[in-house]
Amino acid sequence: MNPRAAAVRAGLTRGRIEFRHNLGQAYGYVFFPTIALIVMYVLRDNTVPGTDFSLGDRAIPGILAMNLVFTGVMGLAVMLITEREDGTLLRAKATPNGVLGYLTGKVTSQAAMSIATMFIVLVPAALLFDGLRLDAVSPWLTLAWVLTLGLAATLPLGAIIGSLFTHPRNLRFATLLLMGLVAISGVFRPLDALPEWLRWVGQAFPLYWLGLGMRSAMLPDALASAEIDGSWQRLETICALGAWAVIGFAAAPAILRRMARRDSGTRARGARRAAHRERTGHRTG
Amino acid sequence: MVIETRGLRMRYGTTDVLNGVDLRVHQGEVVALLGPNGAGKTTTIEILEGFRRRSAGQVRVLGTDPDHGDEAWRARLGVVLQSWRDHRRWRVRELLSHLGSYYAPYGTPGRPRPFDPDELIARVGLTGQATTMLTKLSGGQRRRLDVAIGLVGRPDLLFLDEPTVGFDPQARQEFHDLVHRLSAEEDTAIVLTTHDLDEAEKLSDRILILMGGQIVADSTAAQLARQVAGKTEVRFTHAGRSHVRTVEDATDYVRELFARHGAAIEDLEVRRARLEDVYLTMVREFESGRPSAVQSAWTEAAL
Repeated sequence: MNPRAAAVRAGLTRGRIEFRHNLGQAYGYVFFPTIALIVMYVLRDNTVPGTDFSLGDRAIPGILAMNLVFTGVMGLAVMLITEREDGTLLRAKATPNGVLGYLTGKVTSQAAMSIATMFIVLVPAALLFDGLRLDAVSPWLTLAWVLTLGLAATLPLGAIIGSLFTHPRNLRFATLLLMGLVAISGVFRPLDALPEWLRWVGQAFPLYWLGLGMRSAMLPDALASAEIDGSWQRLETICALGAWAVIGFAAAPAILRRMARRDSGTRARGARRAAHRERTGHRTG
Repeated sequence: MVIETRGLRMRYGTTDVLNGVDLRVHQGEVVALLGPNGAGKTTTIEILEGFRRRSAGQVRVLGTDPDHGDEAWRARLGVVLQSWRDHRRWRVRELLSHLGSYYAPYGTPGRPRPFDPDELIARVGLTGQATTMLTKLSGGQRRRLDVAIGLVGRPDLLFLDEPTVGFDPQARQEFHDLVHRLSAEEDTAIVLTTHDLDEAEKLSDRILILMGGQIVADSTAAQLARQVAGKTEVRFTHAGRSHVRTVEDATDYVRELFARHGAAIEDLEVRRARLEDVYLTMVREFESGRPSAVQSAWTEAAL
C-alpha cells in the first residue's frame, strides 16, 4: 500500500479511537449551548420582527452552529497545544508519515465530537421548541452538506490557532474573539440592529454562513425573509464556506509544520524535564 | 557505516553546545554516548534523529543528511526519547499496533515491518499489561513501552536517550538483556546515551565520552580501563578545601605536595584509579568549570 494512504487510514483509525476516549468529555462542550437553550426557552414568547415566529425557535440553528465552531475550533486548538506539550506530536514526527496520520486523526475525532455534541443539544431542543422543521428528508440533506462544509471551513482554523498559541491559558484571547464573532454573526437574532459595516464584518467569517445554512435546513422557508438578503443565499453559503475551507486546508499544514519544527527544540526538552520531574519527584539537569 | 559525523557543531545564541563532534557507528554496533548532564548528549542524538538543525558540520545517518531525511528514511529509524507523557489514554497494545501500521508499507522480504505487536509486548515483558491504559503503567513499564514503540518499525538504527532513568535494578538488568538480544538477533545498530559508566560498560561495544561539546574518549570499555591503569588518584584537603587529582606518578606528586605545603596538607588518601574514579573526576572537573588535566590526557590518548 502507498505509505501516505496507509497513514491516512491509520489516521482514521486514530480518529475513531480518540473519539471514543474523548466522548466522556462531551459534557464540557454542551454546557454553554445548554445555557443558551434555557435562555431561549425563557424568551420563546418573543417573536422574530415582522413575523409571528418564535425568536427562541429561530435561534436554535444559530446556537448549534456556534457550538459546532466552539467544539471544533477551540477543542482542536486546546488538544493541539496539549499534545505539543506532552510529546504526542513529536511521537508523530518520529513515525513515517506520522504527522499526516496525526492530523487526519485529530480532524476526524474532533469533527465526530462536534457532530455528537450537536445531537446532544439538538434532541432536547427539538422536543422543547416545536417550530423546527425536522420531520422530512430534505432538512437532513441540507444539514449534511452544511455540516460538512462548515466543519471543513472551521477545523483548519482550530489547527492554526493551536499552532500559534503556546499555552491553553492564552487561548482566552481567541475565545474572546470568537465571542465577539458570535455577537456579529446573527446567532441569537437577526442582524438588523447592527450598523451596516459590522454586518459586513460578520459576513466575512464562516460562523455567519454556517448559522445561515443551519437555519435554512431547520426553519420554515418563510423565515428567510428575516435574513439580510431576504433569502437563504445557498450559493453564497457554499462559496463562503468553500473559500474558508480551501484557505484553511492550504494554510494549516504549513503553519503546523513550522510549529512542529520549532517544537522539536527547547520546548520539547522542557516537556521532557517536566515529565521527568513528574515521574521522579525531583529536578534533574 | 550507519552514522558518520564530521565537525558537528551546535550553537544556541552565544553558547556552543557541540564543538566539532566526530563520530562513527557501524551496522549492528552498540555505542554508548556517555557524559555528565549538559554535555550535549541529547543535542547530539536529536540532531542525528533529524529533530534539531545543526549549526555546522557534516552528518550522514543511514546515508542521508538528517535535515533532509524523508519518510522512507524515517521508517528505518527507531527513536526512544527521554520520558514522555503522550497518548495517556491509549492502551498498550492499541498504541503499539496503531503506530506499527505506519511502517507496513516500508517492509521488505528480508525485514518485514512492523513487528508483531504481541511478540513485541512479550519481548519487553508487558504481556500482563497489554490492555492497560498508559497512565496506569509504572515508570519502568512505561519506559519499556517507549522502547517497544522505538522498535515497532524493526529499525536498522535505534536511538535510546537515557533509557534506564527511573529503573529499579531488576528492570535495569532486564533492559540490558533486551538490548543485547536486539543487537544480536536483529542486527540493529544502537546509540544510547547515559550518564552511568557502569551501564555504558555493560551495554555497549564502544563508549564515546562527550564532555564540553567534544568527544574526549572513543574506545571499548576494556581499552579505557587500560588507558587509566597505572594512574593513581590522590585526595587531600588543603586550606579547608578538598582536592582530587589523578596522576601518573603518585610518589612524585605527593612528595612535591608536601614540599610545597608541608603540614597544611590533611586527609591524604592515595589509591590506584579505577575507570569509574577517573570518569567521575573528569565529570567533577567539567562541572566545576576547571580545565582538566585528565581530560586533555585522555583526549590525547584517544587521538
